[in-house]
Amino acid sequence: MTVIEARALRKEFVVRVKAGVLRRESRVIAAVDGIDLTVSRGDMLGYIGPNGAGKSTTLKMLTGVLYPSSGVVRVCGFEPVPQRQALARRIGVVFGHRSQLWWDLPLRDSFALLRHIYAVPAADHAARLSRCRKLLDLDPFLDTPVRQLSLGQRMRGELTAALLHGPEVLFLDEPTIGLDLVSKQAVRSFLAGIGDAGDTTLVLTTHDLADIERLCRRLVVIDRGRIVHDGSLDELHARYGSRRRVVVDLDAPLVTPLALPDVSVESIEADGRRITYALEGGRTTAGELVRRLAELASIRDISVLEPAIEDVVARLYADRDRHGAGA
Amino acid sequence: MRYLVYAVAGFRRYATYRQATLAAVFTNCVFGFLRSALLLAVAGASAGAVAGYDEQQLATFVWVGQGLIGVVSLWSPPELADRIRSGDVVADLLRPIDLVWQLLAMDLGRATFALMTRLVGPIVVGALAFDLFAPRRFSTYPLFACSLLLATVICFGCRYLVNAAAYWLLDARGPQIAWTLCNGVLGGLYFPLWFLPSGAALLIVVATPFPSIIQLPLDILVERGSPEQQVVLLSVQAVWAIVMLAVCREVQRRGERRLVLQGG
Ligand SMILES: Nc1ncnc2c1ncn2[C@@H]1O[C@H](COP(=O)(O)OP(=O)(O)OP(=O)(O)O)[C@@H](O)[C@H]1O
Ligand SMILES: [Mg+2]
Repeated sequence: MTVIEARALRKEFVVRVKAGVLRRESRVIAAVDGIDLTVSRGDMLGYIGPNGAGKSTTLKMLTGVLYPSSGVVRVCGFEPVPQRQALARRIGVVFGHRSQLWWDLPLRDSFALLRHIYAVPAADHAARLSRCRKLLDLDPFLDTPVRQLSLGQRMRGELTAALLHGPEVLFLDEPTIGLDLVSKQAVRSFLAGIGDAGDTTLVLTTHDLADIERLCRRLVVIDRGRIVHDGSLDELHARYGSRRRVVVDLDAPLVTPLALPDVSVESIEADGRRITYALEGGRTTAGELVRRLAELASIRDISVLEPAIEDVVARLYADRDRHGAGA
Repeated sequence: MRYLVYAVAGFRRYATYRQATLAAVFTNCVFGFLRSALLLAVAGASAGAVAGYDEQQLATFVWVGQGLIGVVSLWSPPELADRIRSGDVVADLLRPIDLVWQLLAMDLGRATFALMTRLVGPIVVGALAFDLFAPRRFSTYPLFACSLLLATVICFGCRYLVNAAAYWLLDARGPQIAWTLCNGVLGGLYFPLWFLPSGAALLIVVATPFPSIIQLPLDILVERGSPEQQVVLLSVQAVWAIVMLAVCREVQRRGERRLVLQGG
């Protein structure tokens, strides 16, 4: 079942730039430039891209707080801005850098207010709240006014607030921004739990690729307002030639370099006694590499490094810089 | 029910600002003395009555008026405009509520608190220092209560519209200044409107919402004219309240489409 559908979705901003002493020129920039996206129920979608790619702008349009310049959007069957109120009951939203809690109220009071605003039956509310309290460890700061909470504490509060009305779709814009490792882990495993339950759809924007690796089965990469990749993590690796690496420590440097198809030397360290090979394509396996190498030298240690998503994304972003602004 | 939550929140929010409330009442009283001295001097120069108000009525007009400023909240800071400009309004827009009704509910909560403090304060001080007018007809009390409610709604509507200009203009200071000027001059705050030629006064009363905020509630309270005339004044207010709310909701609907949410 489709919960999010966007067709040729576009958002333009008019920015005024100084062009002389008094003159100002209007320039139109397309923050989101024709996005097609279909998300089914239960999907865990990672929505990534470099700064200014248009991620937040897309999320604002999907959640009904920003009106698209053109294109079609449906979320849970609603047209987000005109049917904002109906949509708000079905979705939960966290914008990591912006609080939606009441600044002067303790979390406990905020949650009680939300129950009334969303008209959630008391039993459902209590069940969801106690689950969040347990998994996100809210109890130590439940009675502290929001303005006195640390970022990590506040973010756990925001997540709870977004979930108390039992949303079908959860939109998270950088929910782990600025959190320490422990808090990040807590947030991630909490979200993973929601994902495993299978009936909540998750759209997650982040610059922390560990979030994606842990949570998202599907990855949409956006750049300058356009989708440049939509598929699984593995597909991304395949497409952008992620490389596995084999690092070998030798007793003595190689006399004759090893030449095998699809194998390249990435670095040589420790006076030639540590060599990093990159495997690209499938013509040589790691096992074969090691076997051939063992014929040439005595191997002290081996490790195989799986491709890191950071590398793929770095290459993806670097690609665009090479192609320049005109691409 | 949902909006009741917001009304309670509005009440509680202002109930925590005790010192600010006290300071506001004090200021209102200081200006009460200035204004009543001025108006009573004018009345004294013209044999104790001016534009149909006697001295008791004038003193009441001033002192209850000073309290009314707080109830309708004539000069509140442009909070909504700031939230629109900063993008913080998104927190409200993500809730399943109508923003106009939400803000109105909060404002009525605030007004309830102001009724108990900001209105009562100047009336007590005024009654101690001056000879105030007590309504002769019992029916004036419920009429005045309705009039107060309508005045609060109309004033809310005006303030909302001034703030909502921020959806279109990045800087809402212009509308803010115009509003302050209008409610002072055309609202009956600086002087009772009936000091003007009656044709001009009548035009302002019917064609603008401003007199419905200060002038008309006070006219109803001091029983200017017959009971029928009081009801006519109340009806003018009712029409303006409905018009303002309708305009507010339409403006909000369009504003939501215009909103350029600032900030990543
Ligand atoms: N209110 C606005 N007015 C003008 N331009 C804007 C506005 N909001 C965003 N933009 C522009 O739109 C583009 C996309 O912005 P957006 O916030 O969606 O990026 P993002 O992908 O979320 O980036 P980040 O990773 O930095 O959060 C940027 O070039 C930005 O400058
Ligand atoms: Mg962003």
